[in-house]
Amino acid sequence: MLDIVVSIALIAVVLSMIGIVYRVIKGPSTADRVIALDSLGISLISVIGLVSILLRTSVFLEVILLLGILAFIGTVAFSKFIEKGEIIQRDRHK
Amino acid sequence: MTDISDILIILFILIGAFFSVVTAIGLIRLPDIYSRTHAASKSATLGVMCILIGTLIFFLTEEGFFNSRIVLGIFFVLITAPVGGHLISRAAYNAGVKLWDKSIQDDLAKKEQFEKEKEGSRY
Repeated sequence: MLDIVVSIALIAVVLSMIGIVYRVIKGPSTADRVIALDSLGISLISVIGLVSILLRTSVFLEVILLLGILAFIGTVAFSKFIEKGEIIQRDRHK
Repeated sequence: MTDISDILIILFILIGAFFSVVTAIGLIRLPDIYSRTHAASKSATLGVMCILIGTLIFFLTEEGFFNSRIVLGIFFVLITAPVGGHLISRAAYNAGVKLWDKSIQDDLAKKEQFEKEKEGSRY
């Protein structure tokens, strides 16, 4: 019962990731692509949670934390690049 | 006991999968970037938090102890996902991405124009 429900949820999450990939490809501005990639990473976190339920193992749970941190850092870096044109500023007193 | 925990896990996982699908539909169908950010940051956060709570309950009944890595993951996603949405929509506004053409009010543009006029009258 639990395995069937987890498989259905996994299929739903993967289909929604395909829908998000459509926005990554089509999105008119760069910020659209960045926000779609951010939610793609967050969907990947839930995929890893569901897969670790299906395989009944708890060794993948570090990957959840790691993906959360990496998605956040990537979004912050991209938004700073869109806003100011550089990620790490050379001259602070401008 | 196992049956009750199974029902809880199934409930949380189905809610999480539903909100993931809602995120994808919102990202595809909403008209401009600000409403798409609204859909992505809120419903994706709620969906992944529900799925992680289901995983937490599963490993609580499977292994018998509280798995702190999932709790940290839930907490981190709860903190950082809305911050990421805010940053990217602010960067899009400052980079000059247009609002939806049917949106009525843009107070931030009015404020910036007002401050520009004030600077102009001072000099």
